[in-house]
Amino acid sequence: MSAEQPHAPWDDVGSAGVVPERTLVLEDVRLAGGSTLPRVEVAYETMGTLSPARDNAILLCHALSGDAHVAGWRESDARANGWTPESVRGWSPPESATGDPDAAPSSAIRPGWWDPFVGPGKAFDTDRYFVICANVLGGCSGTTGPSDIDPQTGRPYGLSFPVVTVEDMVDVQAALLDHLGIDRLLAVSGGSMGGMQALAWARRYPQRVATCIAIATTWRLAAQAIAFNEVGRTAILGDPAFRFGDYYDTCIPRHGLAVARMIGHITYLSDESMHEKFGRKLRGREAHAFGFETEFEVESYLAYQGKRFTERFDANTYLYMTKAMDYFDLSEGAPTLADALAGTPVRFLVMSFSSDWLFPTYQSTELVDALRRVDAEVSFAEIQSPYGHDAFLLEPETQFGFIEPFLKDAYGRAGRDPSEGAAP
Amino acid sequence: MSPADLLRGDLRLITGIVPEGARVLDLGCGDGSLMVHLRDERGCTVRGIELDHADIATAIGHGLSVVEADLDEGLAAYPDASFDVVVLSQTLQVVRKPALVLREMLRVGTRGVVSFPNFGHWRVRGYLAFRGRMPVSRSIPYSWYDTPNIHHTTISDFRDFVAANGGEVEREIPLVTGGWSVAEARHVWIWPNLLADTAVAVVRQAR
Repeated sequence: MSAEQPHAPWDDVGSAGVVPERTLVLEDVRLAGGSTLPRVEVAYETMGTLSPARDNAILLCHALSGDAHVAGWRESDARANGWTPESVRGWSPPESATGDPDAAPSSAIRPGWWDPFVGPGKAFDTDRYFVICANVLGGCSGTTGPSDIDPQTGRPYGLSFPVVTVEDMVDVQAALLDHLGIDRLLAVSGGSMGGMQALAWARRYPQRVATCIAIATTWRLAAQAIAFNEVGRTAILGDPAFRFGDYYDTCIPRHGLAVARMIGHITYLSDESMHEKFGRKLRGREAHAFGFETEFEVESYLAYQGKRFTERFDANTYLYMTKAMDYFDLSEGAPTLADALAGTPVRFLVMSFSSDWLFPTYQSTELVDALRRVDAEVSFAEIQSPYGHDAFLLEPETQFGFIEPFLKDAYGRAGRDPSEGAAP
Repeated sequence: MSPADLLRGDLRLITGIVPEGARVLDLGCGDGSLMVHLRDERGCTVRGIELDHADIATAIGHGLSVVEADLDEGLAAYPDASFDVVVLSQTLQVVRKPALVLREMLRVGTRGVVSFPNFGHWRVRGYLAFRGRMPVSRSIPYSWYDTPNIHHTTISDFRDFVAANGGEVEREIPLVTGGWSVAEARHVWIWPNLLADTAVAVVRQAR
């Protein structure tokens, strides 16, 4: 579909380089809810080289607002800007360190959402591993979702798109692996909703994954997280422009989606990080205005985040993603979480963050305890961080310390032990 | 004790005590040195608990499964008798609730192996007796104000402690871990509570 990926010169900056955007078309995709989608496009990107034994593949799963572009530079951006390898060398915009797609104007070119984690010499080392990332089913960044055309009506699906589950997302990823000729993953990993997909992989396809790295995630949402999702959905559903999800020909529910993003963003930060970043600073004024315009830095930041988000994300997809998270329960169909995981051959690495109050450490501990109860192989660490839930995007150094040796050991086993890495 | 000392005499001894192929839980496993030995040389299935992140990361690199958890909160994640051996190596003296930790060890393991510095050692006794100061020795190398060791015991006290918590000492191996050099630990059989600087005890539920 696209030209081959250039390599050596781009690697000099520790970047995954220029990554071609690819699409796979699937037909008749059956969903957990019982419905079937006649045609599903899957947007995906790959980095690194698949080993001859096909035993070095790692699937990275993105969170609520992520996409297939996990690291490096989009080939389309590179082409549009007439980049040569020389012009990219050493070019590293400040946003690349934050991994925050909304930190820069939406017109600026950004590396992938987990760029500090994925690339040569990084935690997911593209010199060693073949890294795959796909936009999830129901998404709005290339994979079929509610903003795409329903072949049966010729109009966007809108709310007629079937409700998708985390398991549906995982099944589509499994079909992608079939297409790529990968029977078994060395690792599946992700943070937040990406971590839920990684966990769902481990339960749904235990023979297809050697290891699961679940970061800043939960085995099921607690009431508080569902409540925040519901406030976001209510903001979208209550926007007059929403028109029951049929807004593609008119005006998008900008206000509702922006409010949803603002609420979401608050839950991704922490009291400490917000205080540190904004305090009570005023923006562009010395004294209070005694009015309702944007005065505090934090107000301005949230307004900006909300606005930027509406320029790149679909409101219907926001509804579907949050619903998929609310429905997710790794223990579903089993009496307890431990029963659901009993006998798992998958080795787990679980990491949480001390200031994450969206998916607090105790939820990771519940998962780890269930795994210990059934004598699964699990390692766990709670990383001390002031950055709240977003720490999974912001702290590559601390996570590298665990991910790098974990993967190295897993890949070493694939070479040593013929039962590892072989097709089931 | 620093991680560099992890192949201490008491660890070598523990490796010898643990049966081939045993299921072993190592409480306060450090960087996993003992676990690696038990796995690779004794064919054991090993699991670890540790607080230090650098140690956890090193252990993960050795292919070990190590969970960050606080021993003072017990071992509720593990079913009764789910391990053949639970090891508590040079960790008893740093926990806040040694009795809880011991009872939990006896619950989840058929046997427990505990190694601890003997506060009854002659050098420790002499330090306090003749200098009138809190002892600092090779096996207890910290000043009183910055020590992680908050529960000191002697070999004799340990026996009573185990009995008081529903267990019994099946074997007791008093050791001199090397005097001035880091040599092999030697067993001491006479006046152990006086001559041993370290002890390894095998404990189990009282019959």
